[in-house]
Amino acid sequence: MRKVFKALAKPFTETAGLARWMLVIGIVITAVFVICAIFAPLLAPYGFDQTSADGVQFVKREAPSGDHVFGTDRLLFDVLSRTIWGARTAIEVVVLSIVICVFVGVPMGLISGYYGGWLDRILLLIMDALFAFPSFLLAIVFAFLLTNKLPSGGFSGVLAVSLSLSVIYVPQYYRVVRNTTVSAKEATYVEAARAIGASDFVIMRRYLFGNVVQSVPVIGTLNAADAILTLAGLGFLGLGIQSTEAAEWGHDLNRALADAGSGIWWTGLYPGLAIVLLVTGLTLVGEGLNETINPTLRRRRLLPVVMTPREGDR
Amino acid sequence: MPTKPEATPTTTGTGPIIDVRDLAVHFGLRGSSLARLFGRDAGTVKAVDGVNLTLARGEVVGLVGESGSGKSTLGRALLGLAPATAGSIVFEGQDLATLSRRRLRDLRRHIQMVFQDPSAALNPAMTVEEAVGDALRVHGMRSAEERRVKVIDALERVGLSPVELFLEKYPRDLSGGQKQRVVMARAIITGPSVLVADEPISMLDMSVRAKILQLMLDLKQDLGLTYVYITHDLASAKYFCDRIAIMYLGRIVEIGATEEIFANPRHPYTKALLRAIPDPDPGRQLPRDLPRGEVPDAAAPPLGCAFHPRCKEATPTCGWESRDLRTLVEAHWTRRSPDEYGAERAVVGDIDHFDKPATSTTLGAQGAPAAREFLDRVRIEAPDDPIWGGIESITDDGSGVRVHFHEGIDPALRRAGGVEVACVLYPETSTEG
Ligand SMILES: Nc1ncnc2c1ncn2[C@@H]1O[C@H](COP(=O)(O)OP(=O)(O)O)[C@@H](O)[C@H]1O
Ligand code: SF4
Ligand SMILES: [Mg+2]
Repeated sequence: MRKVFKALAKPFTETAGLARWMLVIGIVITAVFVICAIFAPLLAPYGFDQTSADGVQFVKREAPSGDHVFGTDRLLFDVLSRTIWGARTAIEVVVLSIVICVFVGVPMGLISGYYGGWLDRILLLIMDALFAFPSFLLAIVFAFLLTNKLPSGGFSGVLAVSLSLSVIYVPQYYRVVRNTTVSAKEATYVEAARAIGASDFVIMRRYLFGNVVQSVPVIGTLNAADAILTLAGLGFLGLGIQSTEAAEWGHDLNRALADAGSGIWWTGLYPGLAIVLLVTGLTLVGEGLNETINPTLRRRRLLPVVMTPREGDR
Repeated sequence: MPTKPEATPTTTGTGPIIDVRDLAVHFGLRGSSLARLFGRDAGTVKAVDGVNLTLARGEVVGLVGESGSGKSTLGRALLGLAPATAGSIVFEGQDLATLSRRRLRDLRRHIQMVFQDPSAALNPAMTVEEAVGDALRVHGMRSAEERRVKVIDALERVGLSPVELFLEKYPRDLSGGQKQRVVMARAIITGPSVLVADEPISMLDMSVRAKILQLMLDLKQDLGLTYVYITHDLASAKYFCDRIAIMYLGRIVEIGATEEIFANPRHPYTKALLRAIPDPDPGRQLPRDLPRGEVPDAAAPPLGCAFHPRCKEATPTCGWESRDLRTLVEAHWTRRSPDEYGAERAVVGDIDHFDKPATSTTLGAQGAPAAREFLDRVRIEAPDDPIWGGIESITDDGSGVRVHFHEGIDPALRRAGGVEVACVLYPETSTEG
């Protein structure tokens, strides 16, 4: 237990100055959204696809007022509720896609780097090709292919988008893990593990894994910000998650586009602000973590050297 | 240093515990990708090249030689960590060279290894308990409690007490000597009968070296271990080993009882190594007399006896060749003025083809007389160099001369007194013993 706390506290104890502030602010912003996501049913005044309360229909495009603090949009949805529920969708998609990436990318990188040979070369080629492809285009193609292909249900849209995002980010996890494995497997402790009779699986699981996954959290947080933007982009194009399936900021922005000309600002402002804030928060966390975990990027603070005046100087 | 106890062979069996026959371990060199594309072979390094070695139960055999002589590779081959290219390694009736990977893994509990750098040999992400216990875990001991009992016992044996203080520690919290003790605990916990120790003290502080050696002797006594002790330091081998094998470029060049090797070194390389031992008495610091020259490139070893370019007692048949001529000519030129060098360079012409090992090579660009004159000048400057005896004849050839060397002899190990030596100075005798 103490170990866990120590590991969690490491980013704070080992950073200073700007890096620490970035991390703290980022974590606070992200935490607010995570809380919204978890407690959306309690925090949001209405459901994300609710158009009436107590048998009374909402008014279309109603300006912010007591009943609808952020107003309503042209489908009669309450903007505040959709913004809060949108956090849930965003966090779901990001978490799911990172989980998929880690479960696919890390083992692939480990095996590829450890065994090398033709398997390594083929995987490298595929991953490099995926990485070189314009990522948003790739996401569009996959979202297009996957939507409606997955077993229907409330979650299928989220799953389809998460898978599409995973395709974009998996090469990064693969690359980092593969490269660290290639250098780590030359270490004497790996040979020592072989010398005590460890199998390849044991070496990868108990000797290499712990030493090569260290940079995965950084990739995760940095990609999370990018994933939010890609998710919104897909939604804006009308791909992936439909309005009635879940609240999604990008999709709401798309609908708000028509309102902007007629002076209706509230339908676009709040989902847009939510995107910007969450992306900022996640980026700050990612960069802050990067500073701590990646020692090569970390710049030690320079301590000023105080020279004592020499005897004869005065 | 503590004193060496008498050799105590354990009586758990008869005959050798490990018998290495004609073992070769070659590594293919990876050339440039272009060369590979055209199917050109970048060559092989013969890290171990035809080694015979018999380990008796309970003895300590030292493998001594300069860096690059193949000691570590031979040691790793004993665990099946370096694949044998040819030959056999028979342990308890099984040939390691032909075992499946799975059987080999099982066998490793009986043959263990201690590494040179204890800081690198431990996984930085494992505690002492995990690291030592993992040797049991990979051999199927599932229960953490059972493992803990054994780990505590092993740590006590290697002198890490109070054990509770060390169990939860990570390698970074330990000193070099403590880490080496952990490595040793991991090596003995599976109850091995052979321990390969690859320079186990060379990375440690002077102050702990003797303690670690003493610990190894204690462990041998208690557990009836057989040691292969790898070192480049003859002084520690003298104190530690029953027998010593001197290695040079993948071969054993002299092997015999420690006392005999020290009292009466036969191979010129052994003699050079012995002269290089620093004098323990600081008042009598003699200049360290290392064999002249560098260790040659293992991918293209010298012809004949691999030691001949550095040998002080070399004979005409030791394998003189074109590369030796290049060394000689270049040494001559370093002593010339720029003008003289320019003139001689013109006489000699291109010498890059000397790099290709051959017992016959051409020299000269301005006719045979000039070339012969040049060779005479070189000879006058270094009349004692054994290479002159190695030249069989010099004949006119094209724009210069062709130098023919005697076909070299690659001496095999042969009996000489109480030891075995690979050197032409000790003629092969037909009588056994
Ligand atoms: N894995 C390997 N691949 C290629 N060459 C190797 C490898 N291991 C050792 N060698 C070469 O084999 C020779 C002997 O090396 P080594 O056994 O480490 O010598 P020592 O332990 O006596 O210093 C060296 O020339 C070294 O470069
Ligand atoms: S055979 Fe003996 S004398 Fe000849 S070079 Fe080798 S070591 Fe020296
Ligand atoms: Mg070595």
